Amino acid sequence: MTPAPTHDLRQLIARHRLWEQAFTILGLLALLIGLLVLLGLFLQLAVTGAPRLTPEFFTAFPSRLAEKAGILSAWVGSLLVMLVTACTAIPLGVAAGVYLEEYAPKNWLTAIIEINVMNLAGVPSIIYGLLALGLFVYQFGFGQSILSAGLTLALLILPIVIVATREALRAVPGSIREAAYALGATRWQMVSQHVVPYSAGGVMTGVIIGLSRAIGETAPIITIGALTFIAFLPTPPVTGEFPFLSFQWLKDPFTVLPIQMFNWTSRPEEAFQLNAAAAGVVLLVMTLTMNAVAIWLRYRIRRTIKW
Amino acid sequence: MTNEADANAPPTPGHRLVRRRGRQLRERFIEVLLFLAAASSVAITFAIVFILVKEALPLFREVSLLDFLTDRQWTPLFDDAHFGIMTLIAGTATTTAVALLVAIPMGTVIAIYLSEFASHRLRETVKPILELLGAVPTVVFGYFALLVVTPLLQTLYPALPGFNMLSAGLVMGIMIIPYVGSVSEDAMRAVPMHLREGSYAMGATRLQTAVRVVMPAAFSGVAAAWILGISRAVGETMIVAIAAGMQPNFTVNPLEPAATISAFIVQVCLGDLPHDSLGYKTIFAAGLTLMLFTLLFNILGYWLRKRFREIY
Repeated sequence: MTPAPTHDLRQLIARHRLWEQAFTILGLLALLIGLLVLLGLFLQLAVTGAPRLTPEFFTAFPSRLAEKAGILSAWVGSLLVMLVTACTAIPLGVAAGVYLEEYAPKNWLTAIIEINVMNLAGVPSIIYGLLALGLFVYQFGFGQSILSAGLTLALLILPIVIVATREALRAVPGSIREAAYALGATRWQMVSQHVVPYSAGGVMTGVIIGLSRAIGETAPIITIGALTFIAFLPTPPVTGEFPFLSFQWLKDPFTVLPIQMFNWTSRPEEAFQLNAAAAGVVLLVMTLTMNAVAIWLRYRIRRTIKW
Repeated sequence: MTNEADANAPPTPGHRLVRRRGRQLRERFIEVLLFLAAASSVAITFAIVFILVKEALPLFREVSLLDFLTDRQWTPLFDDAHFGIMTLIAGTATTTAVALLVAIPMGTVIAIYLSEFASHRLRETVKPILELLGAVPTVVFGYFALLVVTPLLQTLYPALPGFNMLSAGLVMGIMIIPYVGSVSEDAMRAVPMHLREGSYAMGATRLQTAVRVVMPAAFSGVAAAWILGISRAVGETMIVAIAAGMQPNFTVNPLEPAATISAFIVQVCLGDLPHDSLGYKTIFAAGLTLMLFTLLFNILGYWLRKRFREIY
């Protein structure tokens, strides 16, 4: 076999180098286009919505007059729904994660639960809405209430919390567990006093990401039939008389921020579309801040905790 | 020495044993409690399937399955009711196809670039941004599709209707890019360095290494990312409900308005929806169809991961 002439080889190398450069440019371009398009869209939203972002916008009820309409009932509703979601999804998700990571024997039942959690994460959110419509609204008779919405979103983010909990627990080294056992701790003492507190940061990250997903979800809330025009607040949870706490608000009708935005977006009048943009800015700032906090938390944990 | 004496003492049914018994009971109780929490996820799956089937079945007593699958019209709420799910599937398939035409090439190229070409600093800056973008609420994207992208497209092509699948699909594609990019990048990062080093030692360029060595090695993960993108696009609701119009329309032309499966569910739920009405049954039938599609893609993804997994 005769070696290829140097000239041919040089050409080959030059050609490959050209391809290489072309791809570098292509990759950078794809990245820039992707990010710039999104940046452009966000800027457009901010510029459109900015004039409507006055203090009154946050303290006014929705109205038929676009200039007077605000998001008071929407953000209060979002807050209360999130409260129900957090109170349900965090204990349930963390408990499930702890079981799968610290207790579960390696058998078919555990395997089924694990595959099932993965599958649940891929189920479209509107399906959870249908589940809630059939189960919470009609079967359990919760109606189109804050309770139904909060539980629906809790089911939706449950896989996120479970997966985050498991990852956080897995990061705690086995020596910690062995040390706890060596001192005579039971499994629950080991888990509750050592492993779970040490992984709290990681669990928090998952919880925040889950809640930020829940706060922006629209489809499942529409599916359970939440009204879009709510010009009143739910019953306050704290009352003046004994026992000072009221759970009436769980049963109240409500609206949430994304629903309010959806409602305004689908109106033909331009004035309402400005409101939609303003609501979008509020929603975006909320979800992005929550996620930024979560990502920051994760990086900090990764950097500061060295076992 | 007292401890040793205690330990050597014969086990009497005394104070210590009772305490140990109590402790064991509590441990058992907690384990059962935690197991129930984990099992609740399985219960959710069963509840989803049960509710969908239970509420959709009455519909199939009135409409034959053959009509459901072959009729070319979907007008369940009209007097002349037709129940051709193909109409909604066509809408879903069209918007999904448009979205994937954007998301898969862009996402994969971005992943290759970030994993094989970009500097460490660029990657560490872009990755969190990609994650952050995955958190943008879909209703915000719906707003973009209807009120920004559609007017923009209309300046290029004036005959475009205000509601159309093209704009919804494009925005959906942009939304999915971060998912596809981020997950594919993770898969490519997981390919061990020595494979790349081997390839470079043979005189390959970075592009050749990326396409011929890293991509095949990471294929199961990259394919899983694509599947994730598809199932996101199929189940996506708000963008299509806002921007693609909610009128069922048997077409695969992205320039026309049409309803997808999910958009139909939203449309029905926006109206007054009495329990046991026909509309109520149809949304569960539509939901069941959607669920079957997602399940199909999940299984496909699982199979791809198994089939093409490289073990180093």
